[in-house]
Amino acid sequence: METITSIKPLLAVLVSLLVIPILVSSSAKPNVRESWTFIAGTIKLLLVLSMLPIVLKGDQIVLTLFKLAPGADIAFRVDALGMLFALVASSLYIITSMYSIGYMRGLNEHGQTRFVSFFALAISATIGAAFSANLITLYLFYEILSLATYPLVTHHQDEKSRISGRRYLTFILGTSIGLVLPAMIYCYHATGTLEFAAGGIFTDQLSKPAATVLLLMFVLGFAKAGIMPVHSWLPAAMVAPTPVSALLHAVAVVKVGAFSIVRVISGIFGVEFLTSFNLGSVVALLASITIIVSSCIALTQDEFKRRLAYSTIGQLSYIILGLALLSPKGMTGGMLHIAMHAFGKITLFFCAGAIFVATGKKYLSQMVGIGKRMPFTMGAFFVGSLSIIGLPPTGGFISKWYLVLGTLEGDQLILLFVLLSSSLLNAAYFMPIFYRAFFCSQEESMFEDKIKEAPMMCVVPLVITAAISFVLFIVPQPFLDLAQLAVKGFIGG
Amino acid sequence: MTDLLPLIVAKYNYWLYVILMMIGLYAMIAKNNLIKKLVGMNIFQTAIILFYVSIGYKTEATIPIIQGAHGGHGSHAAIHAADYINPLPHVLMLTAIVVSVATFGVAMALAVRVYQRYQTLEEDELRMRLSEE
Amino acid sequence: MDNYPALIVVAPLLAALFSGIFSWVEERFTYPTALIGMGLSTFSAYKILMRVLDSGTIQYKMAGWLPPMGIEYRIDLLNAMVLMLISSIAFINLIASYRNVEQETNDRKGSFYTIYLLFVTGLIGVTATGDLFNLYVLIEITSLTSYAMVALADKDRGPLASLNYIFIGVIGASFYLLGVGYLYLKTGSLNMVDVAGILSGIEGSSTVLVAFILCMIGIWIKMALFPMHVWLPNAYSYAPVAFARVVAPLMTKVMVYVMIRLMVTVFGLEYIFNTLNLADAVVWLATIAIIAGGIMALSQKNLKKMLTYIIVCEIGYMVGGAWMGNQLGMSGAILHILNDALMTFALFLAVGNMVYKLKKVDFIHLQGLFGKMPWTMAAFVLAAFSIVGVPPTCGFFSKWYLVLGAFEAGAYHFAAALIISSLICAILFFKVFEICFFEPMSEGHGHGDGHGEVAIAEAPVSMLIASGLISISLIATGLFSGTIMNKLILPFLG
Repeated sequence: METITSIKPLLAVLVSLLVIPILVSSSAKPNVRESWTFIAGTIKLLLVLSMLPIVLKGDQIVLTLFKLAPGADIAFRVDALGMLFALVASSLYIITSMYSIGYMRGLNEHGQTRFVSFFALAISATIGAAFSANLITLYLFYEILSLATYPLVTHHQDEKSRISGRRYLTFILGTSIGLVLPAMIYCYHATGTLEFAAGGIFTDQLSKPAATVLLLMFVLGFAKAGIMPVHSWLPAAMVAPTPVSALLHAVAVVKVGAFSIVRVISGIFGVEFLTSFNLGSVVALLASITIIVSSCIALTQDEFKRRLAYSTIGQLSYIILGLALLSPKGMTGGMLHIAMHAFGKITLFFCAGAIFVATGKKYLSQMVGIGKRMPFTMGAFFVGSLSIIGLPPTGGFISKWYLVLGTLEGDQLILLFVLLSSSLLNAAYFMPIFYRAFFCSQEESMFEDKIKEAPMMCVVPLVITAAISFVLFIVPQPFLDLAQLAVKGFIGG
Repeated sequence: MTDLLPLIVAKYNYWLYVILMMIGLYAMIAKNNLIKKLVGMNIFQTAIILFYVSIGYKTEATIPIIQGAHGGHGSHAAIHAADYINPLPHVLMLTAIVVSVATFGVAMALAVRVYQRYQTLEEDELRMRLSEE
Repeated sequence: MDNYPALIVVAPLLAALFSGIFSWVEERFTYPTALIGMGLSTFSAYKILMRVLDSGTIQYKMAGWLPPMGIEYRIDLLNAMVLMLISSIAFINLIASYRNVEQETNDRKGSFYTIYLLFVTGLIGVTATGDLFNLYVLIEITSLTSYAMVALADKDRGPLASLNYIFIGVIGASFYLLGVGYLYLKTGSLNMVDVAGILSGIEGSSTVLVAFILCMIGIWIKMALFPMHVWLPNAYSYAPVAFARVVAPLMTKVMVYVMIRLMVTVFGLEYIFNTLNLADAVVWLATIAIIAGGIMALSQKNLKKMLTYIIVCEIGYMVGGAWMGNQLGMSGAILHILNDALMTFALFLAVGNMVYKLKKVDFIHLQGLFGKMPWTMAAFVLAAFSIVGVPPTCGFFSKWYLVLGAFEAGAYHFAAALIISSLICAILFFKVFEICFFEPMSEGHGHGDGHGEVAIAEAPVSMLIASGLISISLIATGLFSGTIMNKLILPFLG
């Protein structure tokens, strides 16, 4: 394994940041502004892609920017796990940008320049988090992301978004300052480093109770991952415009939370350390509870986006659960789920948004028969929900497959049961939507029998993401390889 | 108690300044009238000046002007520091007095301003007037 | 060529003299005079900093008298840093505040600049001097000028706030003077290094203990450590904003510097932490100060007032760090002098811009400010994040060292207080942001282009540039805090 020093990770982070002044200055010309968004997004994706072969070869790219204290620098390191996440985020950013043009213009929203600028800032922070070489850099980008998404969540600037914004910040900022920060400083105090290392940074500085407390502080502190009981910001954040919910609350923000926990488990504590204290089961327990409870709550939600939000909470815990299994297959599945769930869930959010743009409907009970009016949208919805449930022929199947294998590997039959019953629940809250959309009698249908889709810019992205979900079933290679490579790194093979 | 009395008598200058300081502090904290507070402030500062002045004093010593220094007969005689009181604290206090006068002046000017605005210098009345506004 | 340590004090002093004369003759000249004076001072500060970095401590003997008889200006890494901070903040503020002065104290511009320069002279002198009594005189110069300044703008509340400030200020200064008296009694010297040398033989002396306690109490009163803070909020919020901008970041921080100077140079950390058993109590006091400052800030309805209580809270950070008894805590406290001065300055610059446009900054006046003053608000947001401690702004990094120091010393209550105060500050500022962002509440769902587009009414460019510059410097200072630590603070602590 070689380490290459390159400025590329920095450029990938900075490109969306540097484009913000241009976005602001061209606010009077929306088309110019939007094309700059695309240019920046494409450059970012190309930069990430250009690093992919190096990472696949098993090498790493490093770059140290600022030396703060020994063992705690602002530094980037591109490894397999970071690459996987960055690839998902940067590719979906372009698609979401396209979608948000259709959505925002379709609804004639105010403050679009502010919207795209903060969106760019958020994606910058996401990539930064993906490429962080140590906990302090990760924390830095985590916080920037929390703050950059606040104006996006509260975009409507009305009383409802004010209340939701408050809840959003209370949970996200409160936990990161109140739990992660002291935990992080304690780690530094105990070990003198925050670098993500293959076998963790702890050797024998921690007793079991202390390690448990510290681990829980991290797991709950990275509240973006939505582990119960710090999940309730996510349904609240659904007041945001749909592109925000789609990219940020199905991909970037929530995944940064899960990603951070993955990093902490693998790079700070280390698999061996956690296994020796049998701490994986603590996290697995939390994740299992979250999976089951959130799926049950999702069943009761009538607002489309809220149902998706609760579904996301459950799915995020799959990632955590996979990691907590601490077995190679389970960890592969968990990481793979970062990618697979992203493509599936973003499709579903796009569908929710497209329906809202086309019909103004937000509640599922008002969507009976919508399949006949918006067949493409609902077709994509079907593929997306298959992926979330974990059925072939979609990408979601592969990650769930590995998760199941992981539970078998560790003889964790209870967890296997959790996974399977959750899949059933997923089916229970998604399939009726699809069923009622298409298979209803003429009288029941609330829509005319004429095809009238949302604007082109809304429909094309969701078809693309649905198609990718499908393709990932056949060709999961880049993500699967990256996940396996990452696991090899964790185990220290 | 028998030990305390000689202690007080031996260092009576310190006890005096402590008493003066407490009087000043009391006036600054407890008095209702702003001018009385200012007087307290002045007593407080003066107490410290007296303290400094007294620490420069030595028994049997004279003022620190060297006798016959200007070409007189004694010009070659050795000078004993013990014969003269320490001038430094006194010099320092010249500065401290300037500071306290300046502070007092500013405070008086402000008190005049307060009186012009509110027609009173009693603190409780001032507080009432302020809360009314 | 070696007279920069004198020039840094003399330049603003002479400028004060001239601007005082000009204010009678031709008021137009006062501003340029002030600018030149401060510019020269900043330049000397820069030169001094470079020299100290290059070749170590500078000892400058005023008028050639040798210490311990003469007054010595002794500049090492710590005061070189603080001097640079003071002079550049005062200089930038002078540029940024031209319009504010015109607006608030138009009839007394000449006096404003004169007093302003004297104030800065005092601060610089306090920082540069190596003589205990000289320190007292210079502290009183800064205090006297701030008494006058506080009363200058608000004709209703100003004089009374200033008068209360005088009463407490005089008590503080007198305590310090008394402490110096005891020290002189015991050592017969006033030169800091000289005194330190003599003290090292007589650690058990109760006179030294009394001297130490008196000095500390005096300085704590001057720096507004809770519960001796009562003068600060009124004094700072009724002062003219052009002055509040410089007194809020500098005055308390310079007093913290004096405390650290007395602790490190005069009494010696060895004496304080090994012979005396006070450290725990002081750290507890600091903990209470942090929490109390935060809670009092929560109940304010005026932006300026709220910020002044945050200063009270931040004082607790520095006192606690300095008294932690380990190098991490002390270096965190010193780093926080720099960081806190910058972030408070950034906040008050933004507030100054708001005051210029809105006249008053009660929370109800701030509605829709993100639309009206986007640039000012951007600077304000950055500064606020720094106070909260969001990386990569500098506030995060000093908090980092402070918490680490607290862990090392086992002072978990102090670490908890730091974290809680971060949370409280987050609540405080987001309360303000919410008002600026959401209100006046829009009708319906916020669709349509016409909604929410308020005409931009920004402060003048000079003010915006200063504000933006300082806010960006918050990030720069944060990112280079490793360098600052290694080049300035750690070598100073040895």
